Amino acid sequence: MPDGSSSDAFVAFERVQKSYDGENLVVKDLNLSMPKGEFLTMLGPSGSGKTTCLMMLAGFETATHGEILLDGRPINNIPPHKRGIGMVFQNYALFPHMTVAENLSFPLEVRKMGKSDREAKVKRALDMVQMGAFGGRRPAQLSGGQQQRIALARALVFEPELVLMDEPLGALDKQLREHMQFEITRLAHDLGITTVYVTHDQTEALTMSDRVAVFDDGRIQQLDPPDTLYEGPKNSFVAQFIGENNTLEGVVTEMSGDKCVVKLDDGELIDAKPVNVSAVGDRTRVSIRPERVEFNKERLQDGAHTLKAEVLEFIYMGDIFRTRLRVAGNDEFIVKTRNAPDQVRLQPGQQIEIGWLPQDCRALDA
Amino acid sequence: MSVTTDTGQATGPVLAADGTPLKRSLSRALRRQKMRALMLIAPLLIFVLVSFIIPIGSMLFRSVENDIVADTLPLTVVELRNWDAESGELPDEALYAAFATDMVAAIEAKKHTRLGTRLNYEQTGMSSLFRKSGRKLKKLDPAADAPFKEKIIDIDKKWGDVETWRTIKTHSVRLTNGYFLNAVDMRRTPEGAQSQPEDKQILIKLFQRTLIMSVIITVSCIILGYPVAWILANLPMRTANILMILVLLPFWTSLLVRTSAWKVMLQQQGVVNEVLVWLGMVADDSRLVLINNQTGTIIAMTHILLPFMILPMYSVMQTIKPYYVRAAKSMGATDWTAFWRVYFPQSIPGIGAGSILVFILAIGYYITPEIVGGTKGVFISNRIAYHISSSLNWGLAAALGTILLAVVLILYWAYDKIVGIDNVKLG
Repeated sequence: MPDGSSSDAFVAFERVQKSYDGENLVVKDLNLSMPKGEFLTMLGPSGSGKTTCLMMLAGFETATHGEILLDGRPINNIPPHKRGIGMVFQNYALFPHMTVAENLSFPLEVRKMGKSDREAKVKRALDMVQMGAFGGRRPAQLSGGQQQRIALARALVFEPELVLMDEPLGALDKQLREHMQFEITRLAHDLGITTVYVTHDQTEALTMSDRVAVFDDGRIQQLDPPDTLYEGPKNSFVAQFIGENNTLEGVVTEMSGDKCVVKLDDGELIDAKPVNVSAVGDRTRVSIRPERVEFNKERLQDGAHTLKAEVLEFIYMGDIFRTRLRVAGNDEFIVKTRNAPDQVRLQPGQQIEIGWLPQDCRALDA
Repeated sequence: MSVTTDTGQATGPVLAADGTPLKRSLSRALRRQKMRALMLIAPLLIFVLVSFIIPIGSMLFRSVENDIVADTLPLTVVELRNWDAESGELPDEALYAAFATDMVAAIEAKKHTRLGTRLNYEQTGMSSLFRKSGRKLKKLDPAADAPFKEKIIDIDKKWGDVETWRTIKTHSVRLTNGYFLNAVDMRRTPEGAQSQPEDKQILIKLFQRTLIMSVIITVSCIILGYPVAWILANLPMRTANILMILVLLPFWTSLLVRTSAWKVMLQQQGVVNEVLVWLGMVADDSRLVLINNQTGTIIAMTHILLPFMILPMYSVMQTIKPYYVRAAKSMGATDWTAFWRVYFPQSIPGIGAGSILVFILAIGYYITPEIVGGTKGVFISNRIAYHISSSLNWGLAAALGTILLAVVLILYWAYDKIVGIDNVKLG
């Protein structure tokens, strides 16, 4: 977890706690600092405290303890309308009684901007999201994707330096969502806006963000760039939550530097990289990504431990093959292989041996 | 079922698989459904028709119906047509003879006093004239006692007054606009419609008062109800439901009890005045007159109609999601701007629905103005009730009721034109 050094940070949470009922903490000791221009995603299951953090930053919830800083200034006592933070809501929150242009004009009107300036800015913002022709429509006359664009344009039209997005793509279908992910990241980088993005969709988090904060149980479990997060999860929760993951449980029997041997519960031995275990005798959960599992013996290192596996199911998914195995008593062990001309298609009932590079197999907390 | 002639033509209507036009096929298929739906609503439909539509229709018809003169004095009415009311001369012997024949028959059937009552609405004294003359006219023999003119004028000299005959002639038509003219402070005369004498002009004033006070009551309900509805809509469901009981509580108490309670509260020795005097805000010798006037009616009716305003407002406000106001604030709007520009416009359908309900209920309210209104705070409906049950002038009561109905419909239509009736939501 990053420390509280936030002198040059644009957004900073310092030892922030939040409780709604005075008995349970929804956010427990949150420390986070973001440089200007960063696209940071708060990812986590529902109830993990991510939306509460966003609402505290926006000013709709107050922190029970701790300080939130924006550009070096504490903002705990600044009402939301004076924070100058743009926000995109989950349900877009477009005002149904106003046209699209009036919706966009609203933040400018409350800033007492002149009519001609307003019109120019509204037009520019609409063009930015390719909705220039829709200014006269009502939100109800637009499709979900179009409403999404308008909501985005409205959050950006008054040129805030910080934009918050609360699961903005949750209501869209898959194809549109992927397209909008790309569009939002492009806009955020082009305009140099600092963005805090909340989602429970890990693909969205990985593809869009500069850094991802994985929330669980009111704490940030890991805060890292997407590739580090995926390839180097620091604990079982993150490994389980980000991407697909195979888990085997056992006890550490040998430890030497960046290598250890784990004795699985059914007695088999495997090689692993110690990440979140401290000593021999610790219980551990080892985590292996499905695409890093190898059953071609020629590609395995000499002397590597291998495991016996039985093929239970073969699923053809187009670009990849997904094979379900029984490994060390675990029926849900998944192997993913690329659909290449020379790729082997495993048959159910087949007995094979599997292995992996020790650095791909991470021994985490139990 | 026969096939229509154009089924074979390429340009004809779309055909179903068996060659019949698709529209006919469809309507045949839907007929069973429609019949079933009709059967289900039939009991209510018949009930409403028999117990509501027909009585209301017949009541409204009374506002123009005027058969009594022509039915009671059929021969006289024929003769009156030949008489020139403008001449200033009395009718001739033929008319008096016809009148004697009609009256003897009417007295036999005991219908002459009702006719007197009817004509008394138009000219005072007619009722007693018919009643008194009846006794003597009964003794005349239409076959033997001619000529009648002298004898009848002898019975009561009013029969020798041109005015009497003019009144009868004016009101002998079977369909009359007389009641409607009366309802707007005018009267039917041989010279056409004329306004009532100054001292009899009260109904227009009463209509105006009813409308103005209904508007005041509606506006008071909006002002008092809006914050309550807002709080209810923004509280957690459990708390809101408990507080909603307080809003609905008045419905569980008799209207009469609530209205009478206001009498206790508002009278000069009542709770409100006592408290104000005790607080020293009002001097003991200048206690506020809060009841038996318009103030009393407005206070009591606002209280009674308030739930009808709060309920539709509440159900509309419940549908306004809190993220709209949040969005407005995140864009830089102050609390007030966010409310006024974003929340309030979305709550207008609730205000509209509540206002229509309260206004229409208020405009026809009877019992509360009757109890707390005194003479200055009564509504047009109190006048209608008076004509129905005391003066028994049902024709005038029906005319007033018809005008009231028309006013409500016109206002409803105007509301639809200005605000749009699809903009009214009950939730």
